[in-house]
Amino acid sequence: MLVYTAKRILLAILVSLTVSALVFSLLYLSGDPATALAGERASQADIMAIRAAYGFDQPVYVQYFKWLAGAVQGEFGESVYFRLPVIDLILERLPVTMTLGVCAMIFALALSIPLGVLAAMYPNSLIDRAALLLAVVGQAMPSFWFALMLIVLFAYWVPILPASGSDSWQHFVLPTIVLGYYATPAFMRLTRTGLLDVLSSDYVRTARAKGLRPAKVLFKHALRNAIIPVVSLAAVQFGFMLTGSIIIETVFALHGAGFLAWESISRSDFPTVQAVLLLFSWFYIILTFLADLLNAWLNPRIRVA
Amino acid sequence: MTPTIKVENLRVSIPLAAGVLHAVRGISFEVAKGETLCLVGESGCGKSLTSLALMDLLPSRAKREADRIELDGADLLKLGERDMAKVRGSTMAMIFQEPMTSLNPAYTIGNQLEEGIRLHKGVSASEARERAVYLLEKVGITGASSRLGQYPHQLSGGLRQRVMIAMALMCGPDLLICDEPTTALDVTIQAQILHLLKDLQREFDMAVILITHDLGIVARVADRVAVMYAGEIIESGDVDEIFSRPTHPYTQGLMNCIPVPGKTAYGERLGTIPGIVPSMIGEMTGCAFANRCAYAEDICLKTLTTRELVPNHAVRCVRAEEVAALNAGLDTATASAGSPA
Ligand SMILES: Nc1ncnc2c1ncn2[C@@H]1O[C@H](COP(=O)(O)OP(=O)(O)OP(=O)(O)O)[C@@H](O)[C@H]1O
Ligand code: SF4
Ligand SMILES: [Mg+2]
Repeated sequence: MLVYTAKRILLAILVSLTVSALVFSLLYLSGDPATALAGERASQADIMAIRAAYGFDQPVYVQYFKWLAGAVQGEFGESVYFRLPVIDLILERLPVTMTLGVCAMIFALALSIPLGVLAAMYPNSLIDRAALLLAVVGQAMPSFWFALMLIVLFAYWVPILPASGSDSWQHFVLPTIVLGYYATPAFMRLTRTGLLDVLSSDYVRTARAKGLRPAKVLFKHALRNAIIPVVSLAAVQFGFMLTGSIIIETVFALHGAGFLAWESISRSDFPTVQAVLLLFSWFYIILTFLADLLNAWLNPRIRVA
Repeated sequence: MTPTIKVENLRVSIPLAAGVLHAVRGISFEVAKGETLCLVGESGCGKSLTSLALMDLLPSRAKREADRIELDGADLLKLGERDMAKVRGSTMAMIFQEPMTSLNPAYTIGNQLEEGIRLHKGVSASEARERAVYLLEKVGITGASSRLGQYPHQLSGGLRQRVMIAMALMCGPDLLICDEPTTALDVTIQAQILHLLKDLQREFDMAVILITHDLGIVARVADRVAVMYAGEIIESGDVDEIFSRPTHPYTQGLMNCIPVPGKTAYGERLGTIPGIVPSMIGEMTGCAFANRCAYAEDICLKTLTTRELVPNHAVRCVRAEEVAALNAGLDTATASAGSPA
């Protein structure tokens, strides 16, 4: 397990570095950053001044390492728009995004795993078909459209929930449903196929031949093995949820980091966009790493690899 | 003395798109304490379904019917799922054909060995552990106590099958069902496992049903044999009797398929049974072997019963006596032809 963990850590660091280089290069993707920052009517002297002030005149790799060194210490420079340290902006917004992400994940798992289990235990039954329908609808429906439908339904027709803002827990209900529902079909189908597979496995037959109670066979012997791929998927989905939160937070005007990224893109606030992207990616990498560890714990065969 | 297991007219059917598959069609047998019954027959003849039917572990679509299934005199047909679960793994245990996949990859050997006895006998964790170590040593696993913490993927196929055997013996069952326990293993390991099963049976005085398609295994471990064909037992009796006087044309065909040391000349062609197994979908009257039998006549397609020719030797063939007589003639003929003039 120790060797395995060390290998995973090394891999995570390599991926983090690659990602940071990519995020950094985004700055140059849209042309000269100094010109963009200075605005359309700036003079050549203004542009030169900005270039010197931001260090854009130094070699690219020097800029990158300075930026990376800062990033590792949580130092992302100053927001061009707010004139405030980027890190403060993000830290202020992050709790909203995290709350939304965690709630959405819990909602998705709490809905999809029991449904997947029921669907696998009674294949082709009414409940299986209903679950399938839910999955098909979930995959076909764009999340912003679903968000708007929910707003119309629960904020206007039956006004029981607020349509926008992030002041109370009620503000999180609709965004959680939209963001969580988006991940539900994949979890549910994976639980169902995984469990169906495992239920017909030889070791489940062995467990039954031992005279174990059906609940013990299901939870101890079957579900534990069926859930392994779901754990990996959950990590990936959480990353997608962060990305998705950019849209959802914008629709519901939830003042989280996703909303900040959206606003900053439209304001050409490079340092902020870079910081949000980098932190989201690193967060995603850490999640994948933790999922790998959890997987190894659930599945002893992986540990030797 | 009541036999450990007594089965009368067991039938297993599976509804399929093409019709109802009658996979096991009215078989009866009994096995006494300390005795080994071998169920032999080619692939698909219903051996595994028979054993799963005894354990009440058939696939959910399959339907089980029987006039009687008694274990230690108790009627298993009357038991509900809860009571049946109490019998499974405690008085009646089973070893499967696939040692590589029959253990749960997520739990240690110790965990899987101990959970059954803790449930059935309510023993403490340390007592269960002691029993597990004792049985692992019995099945010839060295360093037993350190093995308890290992996971299945750390063991070879032969070791896993030994673990499966130990697991089946944890609660001291009266009946042990082994469904092709050595088919997936290589030949040297096969011999060791069979030897082990035989020793354990003697030591624990169990009734054993051993399923195989290998007549060599039958010759080594069986006390009695039941030959299955297309869901029926077509011949059964004491092992010596069946091997020395196989009477059903199918059994004779099977015997001709194996080389006999000292009898089969090097390079001589072994017999094969021409034709294919009939479909078991739908009802069937008369002899199931008729389409492949060299002795088949019109009478064979009428209703047919299993008859005892001599005590402890039953055959399901209307022409058994004639076949036997013809064979005896043949034997004398070959014997005289082979003798020096
Ligand atoms: N779940 C199932 N669904 C449909 N048919 C089945 C099922 N299980 C078994 N059968 C059929 O029932 C018949 C008997 O199967 P069974 O597994 O008992 O054979 P077997 O004698 O054990 O063969 P083998 O030596 O290959 O293990 C076969 O024709 C098989 O195709
Ligand atoms: S009953 Fe007839 S067909 Fe069947 S085995 Fe006997 S002789 Fe052959
Ligand atoms: Mg079989």
